[in-house]
Amino acid sequence: MTEPLRQGDKIRCDACPVMCYVAPGKTGACDRYANLDGVIIRTDPLTLLDNRIAEGGQIKPFLKADWDNKPFNCDDFQVTAMGAGTTYPDYKPAPFIVSKKIDGIDFVTVVSEAIFSYCGVKVKIDTDRHIGDEGSTVRYQGEAVGLVITGEYGSQMLSLGGVDHLTGGGKAEGKSTCEALMRLCNKEAVELFIDGGSKVVVQAGKPPIVDEKVEERMRVGCGSATIGMFASQWKGLVDEVVVVDDHITGVVSEHQAGKVLGWEDTGIRVKGRRSTPGRYFEVAEPGLGWGGTNIEDPLTILGDWNPKKGARPGLSILMVSTTGDQYGYYMLDEDLVPRKQAMPDTLIPSVELIGENCEPALCTVMFMGGAGGSLRSGATNNPVRLTRSVQAGTTTVTVGGAQAYVWPGGGITIMVDVTATPDMAFGYVPTPAIVAPLEFTTTLEEYERLGGHRTSVRTLDDILAKGGEYGSNVRAIQK
Amino acid sequence: MSEAQATFLSDGRLHLHHGPIDLIIEASGPGASAGYERAVRRFQPLLAELAAELPALRTDINHGPTICSPVGRSMAAAVQVFQPTFVTPMAAVAGAVADAVLAALVGKGIKKAYVNNGGDVTIHLTRGESFTAAVVSEQPSRFKIRHEDPSRGIATSGWRGRSHSLGIADAVTVLATTAAEADAAATLIANAVNLPGHPSVQRKPASELYPDSDLGQRLVTTGVGPLTISETLEALERGRQNASTMLANGFIHAAALSLNGELIVV
Repeated sequence: MTEPLRQGDKIRCDACPVMCYVAPGKTGACDRYANLDGVIIRTDPLTLLDNRIAEGGQIKPFLKADWDNKPFNCDDFQVTAMGAGTTYPDYKPAPFIVSKKIDGIDFVTVVSEAIFSYCGVKVKIDTDRHIGDEGSTVRYQGEAVGLVITGEYGSQMLSLGGVDHLTGGGKAEGKSTCEALMRLCNKEAVELFIDGGSKVVVQAGKPPIVDEKVEERMRVGCGSATIGMFASQWKGLVDEVVVVDDHITGVVSEHQAGKVLGWEDTGIRVKGRRSTPGRYFEVAEPGLGWGGTNIEDPLTILGDWNPKKGARPGLSILMVSTTGDQYGYYMLDEDLVPRKQAMPDTLIPSVELIGENCEPALCTVMFMGGAGGSLRSGATNNPVRLTRSVQAGTTTVTVGGAQAYVWPGGGITIMVDVTATPDMAFGYVPTPAIVAPLEFTTTLEEYERLGGHRTSVRTLDDILAKGGEYGSNVRAIQK
Repeated sequence: MSEAQATFLSDGRLHLHHGPIDLIIEASGPGASAGYERAVRRFQPLLAELAAELPALRTDINHGPTICSPVGRSMAAAVQVFQPTFVTPMAAVAGAVADAVLAALVGKGIKKAYVNNGGDVTIHLTRGESFTAAVVSEQPSRFKIRHEDPSRGIATSGWRGRSHSLGIADAVTVLATTAAEADAAATLIANAVNLPGHPSVQRKPASELYPDSDLGQRLVTTGVGPLTISETLEALERGRQNASTMLANGFIHAAALSLNGELIVV
């Protein structure tokens, strides 16, 4: 070789005579080979998930030639559909039908990259902030891509995509929807705007960013729940505890949890709408202050203290938010006005305990799609039998090796946590529709019963040795 | 290093692959299989021939060194006519490869054949034969090339394609005498469809995306944001003027330019 193998951080690809120098993270002229962390890899190989690769998600290429010749242990490998390619029309056998032995049973995995015209994502955003009204349109690049759906405990929910946004709207709407879905599924950060609400940056497995503010923690519960959890720890240390929360603000002396412990009345009066004793709705407006409200000074939610109902000079009060992020300690003066004091050390553990019990706030992206269409014919000659077998749990469905939840009811409607799928597992076609790796796995016996493409079944070793119609290289990534 | 690969697809067409090149070839007539054999033989050393003089092929034609390989020479000839515009012979590489393989394939007993190099197509027609091509766009359309028509090359270029473009056209499809000529013209017309300095257009130096790019530090399009209809038409008009000049000079036979759902035909 007369030319150097490297030029700075670029490395020479010798896969073909063009011999491109490929920069890190880039592909060569062919778009097929790339420089990944200083190693030339196929960008689209059939992907095997290898349990044996050490922690750290290292990706390494391997060919028949440089494989370490250890016998393949089926528990270590799972063939995934990433890079398998698709066959069109669908009645041709799927690109790879793999047979492998698991506990002596011949298993078959039908591997195909499936085109999902009917698909979307459900997004769970851990925040108590009001990010938009239920039913509000969610926009990406200015296009409507979904809506805000009913909230869950401590989380706001979005439903994005679906066939009406993908192909039912205009061209720009479909393109933006497809791009938003693909990027969310590939665990990228996506900026979404909610009509009449917030800008939210959503990235699977990462904290949400609401109006430029990163959410750190989910609240431990609403204010009332917090009282319920920690009332006994405050007993004897402080005369009154108010847990400030945008949903329900709790007051220990009035709350059932306090009453049970024999907590005495304090003559406190909380502004807002009383729900049941010690539980108040709407003490303030939603915002970025204490407990998801707009308040910065918690005393503003309190009215006058009533001496006839127990208010007295020297009465001590702890005010704390539902994440423990904000807290203050006060004492009533001679005129029954609360005055801020240094917090006694004895109360600090209880405040810290609130924070400790808060889960980190994250975004969850669940890919959901219908796999009951023509792609079934790639797996079997009798598609409905595959549907029934999946519904019966005899055939399992995975997306890039990640176990998919199959919805009960008709068809093959699946849902999968995208953080369980390998990186960059999702693609798109200009239809627009999302392309996702899809694997059906069953026993060889069941596969034959389903009318499977028996003659196309190959062993894992055979695929590793000879590859498929679209190339012969495979890579292993950590399972 | 991998050798050139030749495989027949299940529908009988021939697929030739080597490095960045993928050709889909179909021939009809009693001489088809002999033709396929000639095509494979011609294809085998082709990429190595080009790779041997890649630095010259990646140099601006206005001050490029002499090129020796036959395919390289047809690439240079196809772009030569556009001087003094900046263009390198690489603008015609896909078409020129298709032309070379088709030229080898054509012979006795071949009624009709084509070589499709990733959308840049060259065709062979005997008397009475015609070739119908479909253009996939907002308004899907078909066109037919008959034996008596002058065009034998069809090429498409645009920033969304595999090669980098200086312009913002979604696609520019050109008919010309050879695929190399169509390829070069489509590349330059697609470069001309542009809105310089427009904030919606994202660009990056070509060398940042592909260090060996013949475009060097020139900014290539990496994204096109929202454009108004008048901006769309303004960009297309620049391309149309370019295409009209080429048509008047006899370099091309027809061109279809599309951007943002708008299509104009020259």
